[in-house]
Amino acid sequence: MVDRDTINRDTTNGDAVNCEQVWREISNYLDGEVDGALRSAMEEHFKICTRCTSVLEGVRNVTLLYGDERMLEVPAGFGLRLEKSLEKKLAQDARQNERRWSPWSAWLVPLAALALVTAGVQMASSVAPNRVMRAPMAQAGQGIPPDLVVLVATGTKVFHVAGCTFIHNKETLRSTTAKEAIAEGYVPCLRCMRKYLDVAAIRRAEAAGEMEADADDEEVRVTAH
Amino acid sequence: MSEAKLVANNPAQDRGAREQDLIARVQRGERELFYELVQPYERRVYAAALAILRNEADAEDAAQEAMLKAFANIRQFRQEARFSTWLIQVTVNEALMRRRRQRTVIMEPIDDRGDNDAEQDYAPRDFADWREIPSESLERKEVRQKLTEALATLDRKYREVFVLRDVEHMNIQETAEALGISIASVKTRLLRARLMLRDLLAAGWQQGWFSRLPFEKGTKPW
Repeated sequence: MVDRDTINRDTTNGDAVNCEQVWREISNYLDGEVDGALRSAMEEHFKICTRCTSVLEGVRNVTLLYGDERMLEVPAGFGLRLEKSLEKKLAQDARQNERRWSPWSAWLVPLAALALVTAGVQMASSVAPNRVMRAPMAQAGQGIPPDLVVLVATGTKVFHVAGCTFIHNKETLRSTTAKEAIAEGYVPCLRCMRKYLDVAAIRRAEAAGEMEADADDEEVRVTAH
Repeated sequence: MSEAKLVANNPAQDRGAREQDLIARVQRGERELFYELVQPYERRVYAAALAILRNEADAEDAAQEAMLKAFANIRQFRQEARFSTWLIQVTVNEALMRRRRQRTVIMEPIDDRGDNDAEQDYAPRDFADWREIPSESLERKEVRQKLTEALATLDRKYREVFVLRDVEHMNIQETAEALGISIASVKTRLLRARLMLRDLLAAGWQQGWFSRLPFEKGTKPW
């Protein structure tokens, strides 16, 4: 075995390294982290120094032993427990995703219902715009002379001509014009105002006939052209 | 021989390709494949957590939590790093965070907390004639136990660097990044850890820990 003092004395010449320098760099040497000159110097040193060779071999053994896969031991059942916890996490995530969607689904149903109702109302209104009330009692009294004197009674909804036998609440009767009675919301009596209501019906029919005739004339003219 | 056949004949490349495929599929949403992806690394993940926490129960908790965090953040993984390095990095972060939390409750010994690497050089103590230790000796549980005990005697800062570099096979740069220390600190601590372990193992070498067989072939132990 070479004496350590002898080795240290050797370091005085050129690029040689002493034992302390070798120990300081031995880990970097094994990892390939030293430059070429230092590597050569260390290799030269190992040839003559059994102590440093012992250190090098020892450190190399350490890295080989601890770097072996067999050193990686886990407690019994570790893998199984890990797999279970991952499965649990997957299930948890799935539940959270469902919950994340639920507020939307809760709103979607009433929103759809509202849309259907709105669409229904719009469709109904578009099918029958400005529908004419057909019941005579619902007519505002077309054809009745506006200045015709009529009788109205408080608590009723109908106006009459004098002498009508269907007048109620006679004690509260007052006279007014047909125009004012209609403006107050009264409608003509079906019996005593029949004449006027019939006249109004005839006039409406005539007006509708004229419109159809006009349309026909127009069609004829267009065809003639 | 065609290139495809060459690739197919290389097990390491096969494993790499299989891993790339698994990562892509898990990132696309096939999350049930995650365990298959991490299973080859579960031992390394546990070892990294144990190196930092030094307690088996805490290490298992940290390893499981790290796996769950990796699972939750798998879309953030980019192919720039190795998957194993990324997974170990996540584990180290989790273990370091747990240790910080523990420190608020339990005071660690002062000498185990120092981060100053500007200390005296470590000189090897034993210069026995070393030969290569047969790797078969690791088949024996008591040998693995002795090595684990020797590692546990190291101060925290040496043990962490040693485990990441020599057990997890991370490079110097990755080790520095994982632990948040400089490359120079990694090299200094690694040297000291290796030399100290060498001295501890040298004692065991002389006591016959690593002998090939507990008794000579052909002789009976009774």
